[in-house]
Amino acid sequence: MGKIVAVTGNEAVANALRQANPDVCSLYPITPQTDIVQRFSSFVSNGVVDTELINAESEHSAMSAAIGAAAAGGRVITATSSQGLALMWEMLHIASGMNLPIVMPLVNRALSAPLNIHGDHSDGMGARDTGWIQLWSENAQEAYDNTIMAFRIAEHKDLRLPAMVCMDGFIISHSIERMEYLDDQPVKDFIGPYEQVNPLLDLQHPKSFGPLILTDLYHEYKRLQHEIIGRAKNIVLQVSDEFAKLSGRKYGLFESYRLEDAEVALVVLNSAAGTSKDVVDAMRDKGIKAGLLKPRLFRPFPYEEVGSALRHLKAVCVLDRADSYGGYGPMFMEISSAIYQAAGTGSGPRLVNKIYGLGGRDYMPEDAGKVLVELDAIAKGASVKAVKEYIGVRE
Amino acid sequence: MELGYDVKELLKWSAETKLRQLSRKEELFTHGHRMCAGCGAPTVVKMVLMATDYPAVASNATGCLEVSSCIQEFTAWKIPWIHTAFENAAATLSGAETMYRALLKKGKMPENVKFIAFGGDGGTYDIGLQSLSGAMERRHDMLYICYDNGAYMNTGIQRSSATPLGADTTTSPAGSANPAGKVQPRKDLTRIMAAHGIPYAAQASISHWADFIRKVRKAHEIKGPKFINVLSPCNRGWRTATDNSVQLSRLAVETCYWPLYEIEDGKLTVTVKPAQKRPVAEFMKPQGRFKHLFVPENAGMLARVQEEVDRNWQRLLRESGEAAE
Repeated sequence: MGKIVAVTGNEAVANALRQANPDVCSLYPITPQTDIVQRFSSFVSNGVVDTELINAESEHSAMSAAIGAAAAGGRVITATSSQGLALMWEMLHIASGMNLPIVMPLVNRALSAPLNIHGDHSDGMGARDTGWIQLWSENAQEAYDNTIMAFRIAEHKDLRLPAMVCMDGFIISHSIERMEYLDDQPVKDFIGPYEQVNPLLDLQHPKSFGPLILTDLYHEYKRLQHEIIGRAKNIVLQVSDEFAKLSGRKYGLFESYRLEDAEVALVVLNSAAGTSKDVVDAMRDKGIKAGLLKPRLFRPFPYEEVGSALRHLKAVCVLDRADSYGGYGPMFMEISSAIYQAAGTGSGPRLVNKIYGLGGRDYMPEDAGKVLVELDAIAKGASVKAVKEYIGVRE
Repeated sequence: MELGYDVKELLKWSAETKLRQLSRKEELFTHGHRMCAGCGAPTVVKMVLMATDYPAVASNATGCLEVSSCIQEFTAWKIPWIHTAFENAAATLSGAETMYRALLKKGKMPENVKFIAFGGDGGTYDIGLQSLSGAMERRHDMLYICYDNGAYMNTGIQRSSATPLGADTTTSPAGSANPAGKVQPRKDLTRIMAAHGIPYAAQASISHWADFIRKVRKAHEIKGPKFINVLSPCNRGWRTATDNSVQLSRLAVETCYWPLYEIEDGKLTVTVKPAQKRPVAEFMKPQGRFKHLFVPENAGMLARVQEEVDRNWQRLLRESGEAAE
């Protein structure tokens, strides 16, 4: 069986990558992700993986090289954060448009300006429309588990799409937690060997990758992309079921916490969900019927399932650790859409949006507590003062 | 028009390179592509692949060559080919070449597969310079071919850092306030590549095909990063006829506007020395992009172009150990 360890999120993810033993890793340092590629480089230098490294001169080239390598026909990884993901943005669309199952841990960090190295979700949210599968992780254990599962999901023959595994910068990447490593061989067996599909390096059957396609077929191509990524929901569930047999840890499309009989709920991603669950428990003790939904698969977004899980509530707050200036928070827009489609107009929960924790601002239990008290009041008939508000702000 | 080649030279080179053999080789870049009539780029690609006696994988920067050679379900490439974006033909190919090494060591690939990147001057001198520099520094075993037509031709003739001094382009137009066109000289990319300490960097021209083919073959026999810069006339951008890209290339070499040389492990050799160096105006005169310079007010600009060419040529001769002229 596995081994209980005390490790950082970065160390956990680096070990998942080691166990996957990719053919090629292209890399470029950026805080707070650097630790992952440093550790992976030492695996290469010490011969514990068979991987060839590409020390790219930028994230743009790191992703370009990852694309070239994946197209060539093998398992490819890279990792990034923040500005690095922003610089890759052009190439993210090309990786997915070419159906290349690259696996990329994304250690979530704020975007400049002003420059800030700490954790928020601006980077990942900015890449939500790039055609990548996105799995979000609350803690080191989930980041490790998601990374292992990401290979199976991305490389699934019905998908062949790139996947990013998100975890919070510093809060998870650099904090030491108790977690369980699975043994190498069961993980290797679970992930399995890489299977080539139309490799560029098939010299006997030359292929052209990356054609020009204009008005006559581009539209159809993009619809196909939407249809293909939609298959990820079932594949994620299948892979997660298999993973549960291996690890004893169960994952769905999202996590429901005390939601079934709840009247009010928080929707929150990643590390803040852990804090929030404690506060949900405390509020339950005070008689507030609180619950929580933590999305895991953010792309493709499971609208129907999330809508069904939330439609019975009286009030919901979507906590966004990213912003859309002049708009609602990015996750709020998804949850609003999901609930509207599930409950229809005039029914379903009242919705508010709180922007929290930008640039690594601490998210405290009191913040979650205040939001739940406000939701309880809304559930009892109080009016919504503001749909979108910033919490934890220094005035 | 006079012939674009010297018959005596052709016979001499044909003996060396076995022209007949070359002509019998399968064309790996086929007809049916949609490059303009008279464009130099497809000739560059054909010659490179003709000189490649190994299985090869190509990467292509976004640009004329790319948009015209692989459209929807049609491709002119009979070898594995990949295009991802504009600025990263070298980075993309470095990924493919690395995967090749990963699979080679596992016994899943044959030895001696060659990796060749093609990019225009915009994708190479400008937006792709960082990606190219990175790939060269990492010592990937690849050959980068720049087909240099001296501007962003695909988007409609905008100046690049390869655009020659004095050229009229749509973003360096000659006008009443600036009668000169582009006022800056070209970036010397071949030397920048050589400065990476790569084992082989060279300049070539389709007019001197034997020299070009020899350089490509030589590059393929060298392990590591190689760079060949090839002049590629563009009749749309140069405002020339569609039947003289080879003649113009020859004039570029004979005027020393585009000297043919190679830098192998730091040693510079001029590979083709014109019997008689012709004035650069002979290369410029047939080109509409320099038309505005041939008026008395711009005589100074023309002289400046000649000075640039002379200075560069003398420097090449000096560094190659040949006597200055």
